[in-house]
Amino acid sequence: MEILVCVRRVPDTSENEIALNSAGNDIERDELVYSINEPDNYAVEEALQIVAKVGGNVMVATVGGEEDEEVLRREMAMGANHGVLIIDEAFSGSDGRGIATILKAFVQKGHYDLILTGVQAEDGGAQIGGMLAALLDYPFASLVNSIEVLDSQKLKVSREIEGGNKELNEIDLPCVLSIQTGINEPRYVGMRGIRQVASVPIPTFSAAELGIAVSTIGEAAAKVKHVDYFVPSLGKGAEILHGSREENINKVLELVAAKGGLK
Amino acid sequence: MQDIESVAQLTSWLVTGRILFLLIHLLGVALFSYIVAQRMVPFIRGERDFRFDQPWVRMGRVLKYWLGQWKQPRYRAAGIFHIFIFAGFLVLAIRAFSVLIVGVSENFIMPGLSGRAGYIYDIITDYAATIVFLCMVIAVVRRLVFKPARYAVPAGYGKSHTADAIFLLSLIALLMLADSLFAAVKAAAQSPQGQPVEVLAAFSLPWMFRHVLVSTPLSTLGRLCFGTYLVHELTFYFLLCYRPFGIQFHVETSVFNIYFAKLDREILKPVRWGVSDEHLDEVKSFGVKTFEDFTWKHMLDFYSCADCGRCSDNCPANAVGRPLSPRFITIKARDYSFEHYPVFGRVNKGTALVGSVYSQDEIWSCTTCGACEEECPLLVEYIDKIVDLRRGMVDEGNVPQCLQKPLKALENRGNPYGKVEKKRPDWASAKEFQQTCRVRTIDHSNGTGTLYFVDSITSYDDRMQSIGRATAKILNHVGENFGILGAAERDSGHEVRRFGEETLFMALRDHNVEAIKASGVRRIVTADPHAYNALKHDYKDVPPVEHISQVIAREVKAGKIKFNPVENTNNVYTYHDPCYLGRHNQIYDDPRDVLDAIPGLKRVEMRRSRDRSFCCGGGGLMLFYEPKEDQRMGVKRVQMAAEAGANVIVTACPFCMVNIEDAIKVAGLEGKMTAIDLAELVDRQIAREYPDAIEEQAAQPKECVMSSINSPK
Repeated sequence: MEILVCVRRVPDTSENEIALNSAGNDIERDELVYSINEPDNYAVEEALQIVAKVGGNVMVATVGGEEDEEVLRREMAMGANHGVLIIDEAFSGSDGRGIATILKAFVQKGHYDLILTGVQAEDGGAQIGGMLAALLDYPFASLVNSIEVLDSQKLKVSREIEGGNKELNEIDLPCVLSIQTGINEPRYVGMRGIRQVASVPIPTFSAAELGIAVSTIGEAAAKVKHVDYFVPSLGKGAEILHGSREENINKVLELVAAKGGLK
Repeated sequence: MQDIESVAQLTSWLVTGRILFLLIHLLGVALFSYIVAQRMVPFIRGERDFRFDQPWVRMGRVLKYWLGQWKQPRYRAAGIFHIFIFAGFLVLAIRAFSVLIVGVSENFIMPGLSGRAGYIYDIITDYAATIVFLCMVIAVVRRLVFKPARYAVPAGYGKSHTADAIFLLSLIALLMLADSLFAAVKAAAQSPQGQPVEVLAAFSLPWMFRHVLVSTPLSTLGRLCFGTYLVHELTFYFLLCYRPFGIQFHVETSVFNIYFAKLDREILKPVRWGVSDEHLDEVKSFGVKTFEDFTWKHMLDFYSCADCGRCSDNCPANAVGRPLSPRFITIKARDYSFEHYPVFGRVNKGTALVGSVYSQDEIWSCTTCGACEEECPLLVEYIDKIVDLRRGMVDEGNVPQCLQKPLKALENRGNPYGKVEKKRPDWASAKEFQQTCRVRTIDHSNGTGTLYFVDSITSYDDRMQSIGRATAKILNHVGENFGILGAAERDSGHEVRRFGEETLFMALRDHNVEAIKASGVRRIVTADPHAYNALKHDYKDVPPVEHISQVIAREVKAGKIKFNPVENTNNVYTYHDPCYLGRHNQIYDDPRDVLDAIPGLKRVEMRRSRDRSFCCGGGGLMLFYEPKEDQRMGVKRVQMAAEAGANVIVTACPFCMVNIEDAIKVAGLEGKMTAIDLAELVDRQIAREYPDAIEEQAAQPKECVMSSINSPK
């Protein structure tokens, strides 16, 4: 099975102190460390596990700049067979639909049975998977937390629904799935692994090479624009208990019981 | 000796004894040689290991640990029995050899053992055989009746080893009986004919047998002589050839195992012997994945284990029900080796060890505290194997999710918490603290002064920052010109390395080494034993490093530190040895000397202390690992402190502090037990005002700090 996983490089929320810049139109990016968007990492692991079972190849692709090559290498160190960097100045400022348009053009250049994305980018809005599927006219399943390959035409996928229940679906290939974290346990990639793929060439594709009309992408074509970044003002409602441990425990029990949490 | 025919002359079933015994000898020796050769096959397939240096040091260790049985008395009764058996075997080895030759050449006398010397030697061996026999009886009774818990085989680790142990013990007892009876028969045969009677050692087995046999007719004695000799021969060779199939192989292998044992235990095994750091990228696979990835010495370890169970008896992971028993790390590998490298049959290469022989949890459960290695009488190595197995797992990407996050944070930010680098020195900027002691960041080379290496936990953890401040105040008090690397410091990587992430460790190490060299400092002080161990043993080309307890002990002796008496004289203190200060670096006395120098401080020792200290639960990445266990190690440790009658646990390691303070809460001892770091205690007790030069420094804290390191920014 030929699998394409669309990945992104994002500021790592667990290793950064995110602050707004002075202009208030973006976050302060000077001292940020970036890493692979976590749900994307699960998607790559899932792709690798599928390929280990039924054979095939895993391709990872990202739309971004030269610095984004680092996440491609990380995923290749994990085991992805190929990485591709889709890079063009014309792409900058694209909204979700713009990115999906770029990816669609890339998908149509190749031949993929299955396209995976992470459920959402940590700094994004979970747009790409669905839009990409729509543009390609492929079936789409979101929030996928298990995949079973039925045959070369069909997958059985599940997603968690409210209350911890699972919903099972069959989906025809080729399709797009957005992968939920927790679907698997991604393998560890250390510096050694990354070093081993450091010299593997990563091909790039530009807008022209993909035959994308510049008018459909980039800032000019974006119909969704960032207007503001702000820290929401603290609401009331948090109550901090200052008593001893025993007092606090009793108080918590009391509060939970008062809200109907204990019966 | 013409009283009865010698065994060599006797004829039975148409074969003379000489030919029969010659045949048995040849067969026995050939079979043994073949078996040993087969056992050595995996050595050739194993990895390299450099163990051929410093022969004199190694000989010295053979004298101490093999001939001197140095570690044995750590288990008093079992150890003393073993010393008896070992000594008996040594004494009997020469006799066994000459008895074997007598079967072929009746007049053989071991050179040097003729006449009086031989006579005395005979008496000694008579007693030796008797003692070994008695020890075997006691050992069997012990196995059957007293059943020491450490011999038990827990569920999941296979069948009980008792039957095999008793079988072997019985065979040795039989050998001793045959040996004694043979000696007695010869003696008995001589007495009726008026020849000088061999005076056998009184109350020894041969002596008793001779008394029973004294009126037996010569013809019977002759047959008995032959029979006993045959039994002796067969038992001897059976034992010889059977030993390589089980725990008794250590009789042969122990001397080699000790000779080739690791000399510098503190230094972790390199990824590959003979491959320098620069060439590590060329190594295709890291660590131990299959059995053949172990070094030949590690394979020899597997053969040499005597299954005494002392490692697991002292293993804290085993004690709290983690799925790890060091004894079975060895036994399972040995069983694997026997199965895949059979003496008779073809070698069959197996698959990856982790997932079949070992479980992932088993390998991650070790805190590398070193209790097992400290105890092992045969100097079997465990930490290197665990680390090598982890290296293999890391290389395959088999790392639990709970460890992946901190590892990635270490890669990105140089600390496992993912905090930003520039906040590393924030611990020193607390207002109150800055008024008494200002800690400067070294950012300019000037070739003097001392570096205080803080490391991640003390830099970032709110609670442990107090240890950092106490350490700085102590250094300040003794007039040390010191500074910190600040944002330029990275995690020492001590646990990163011990968790098998060698490449990341090398990156952290190289960064720190460069920063330390650039700072131009001449010595390093740290309050973190893990950092201490890393700087001392894992890093190369850095200035000498000391733990703060060493500095304090020295300054106390020099009179630069004087203490106020403890306020609450009802408190009873106990000192918990951090593994990487104690067992791994033998710093046991300095912290205790410091405590004992504090007037009015009552100190007790816990049941397990010094080199038998019980790990608190492990440091570094172990704090992130989510083990499967019945109980926390720390809880067991604070209970030991309570048993000792202490209500204050003093330690000298920030990780111990995390584990012990948590454990105090979990054990429900909050309010009854407290923990304090040695540096914190010293800082609290230091008498800061007394009439000498120190007073001036204490009075002017802002001036006293390392003006020499102060950069001209």
